[in-house]
Amino acid sequence: MNVDLDCRGLLCPLPVIKLAKTLPTVAIGDTITVLADDPAAATDIPAWCRMRSQELVSADENQYVVRRLS
Amino acid sequence: MLLSAVDSGWADPVRLHHEGRTARLLLDNARAVLADAIGVRPDDLYLTTSGTTAIRAGLTAVRAARSRVGQTVVHSAVEHSAVLHSGGESAVEVGVDMQGRVDLEAFSTAVRQPGVALAAVQSANHEVGTRQPISALAEACGDVPLLVDAAASVGHDAVPAGWSVLTASAHKWGGPAGVGLLAVRKGTRITPAWPMDEREDGLSPGFPNVPNALAAAAALQARLSEAAELDKQHRAWIDEVRRRVAADISDVEVVGDPEDRLPHILTFSCLYVDGEAIVTALDAEGFAVSSGSACTSSTLRPSHVLAAMGVLTHGNVRISLGRSTTYADIDRFCAVLPGIVQRIRAEVGM
Repeated sequence: MNVDLDCRGLLCPLPVIKLAKTLPTVAIGDTITVLADDPAAATDIPAWCRMRSQELVSADENQYVVRRLS
Repeated sequence: MLLSAVDSGWADPVRLHHEGRTARLLLDNARAVLADAIGVRPDDLYLTTSGTTAIRAGLTAVRAARSRVGQTVVHSAVEHSAVLHSGGESAVEVGVDMQGRVDLEAFSTAVRQPGVALAAVQSANHEVGTRQPISALAEACGDVPLLVDAAASVGHDAVPAGWSVLTASAHKWGGPAGVGLLAVRKGTRITPAWPMDEREDGLSPGFPNVPNALAAAAALQARLSEAAELDKQHRAWIDEVRRRVAADISDVEVVGDPEDRLPHILTFSCLYVDGEAIVTALDAEGFAVSSGSACTSSTLRPSHVLAAMGVLTHGNVRISLGRSTTYADIDRFCAVLPGIVQRIRAEVGM
């Protein structure tokens, strides 16, 4: 299953905060697709995945897919 | 020092009257002291109006002199913006690792391509403190001139060897704003890329600020006389802040090389924290810190240094210690920071 999270127009750290708050609402193994156009998200969403030990499935322009691992 | 220099060094040093010759003498003295401090001959040292103008003048003058070879500037992704702006569209950017250290293999490959006018790498990073392996990079350069931006190091750390052009900025060692150093190693060809006058061999046009040059020289002398002691103190204090920030705050990323670094700089990022909020809260506690977070920059883009390293850019704090920093400051900073981070996180429900 996948949940979409529209963070377009939000500046960091808001997209990362929304991602962190959405994580517990999905099952382990499910994905969250984050739409974020703040340039800082390109660094901060992958950094959040690394720091919180979640999987960054893909990072395309303004679109990030994150899988819940724990 | 600055005030007496304003009284005696106000005249134009290229004029032949008494006051002009006095100013010339003072300028020569300042240049001799500055050259000695960074280990070059006075003839090879030009004084510019800032570290940024030193980089622009040095980079463009070497590139113009090597136009028959090519126009390409090879530089690391974490250089000062003056290098990024001067490199132009044909520049080749070499990536860095998570500590901010340039990829030596990629650099060696890039610098050996045809058409490279020069390479530019900083001695150490101005935001995260990580030193660059200048002697290995210089070796990789071969005949290609290497410009080393030493603004973050001079006065705080040893000046590396192997460069063709070296730049620095007086305000970074406690001197006045408006004085930059541009050292050009003998044998390096330069062609200033703008209309030349008789000043500084054409590398820094216009009436020089003699009193500020003298103040810069005096400040560097003073700084170097206590550099060994400050180095020891600052290294220990930064180690302590690094340890306490990581231990007392959850979800924090302390960045930069913990060992091979400048003595006085530390950078860390706190997850879910707004950069502007943490800078403002620390200011209210009497701490003047910098931040590489996007919300604290005029461009609303995060620090290109943090982005190139791939580390968290929001909630970013950079501290740099000065000669008047005390252990009490360090201890109080470490004591108030966890509460500030907790409060800012609570405001957004984290």
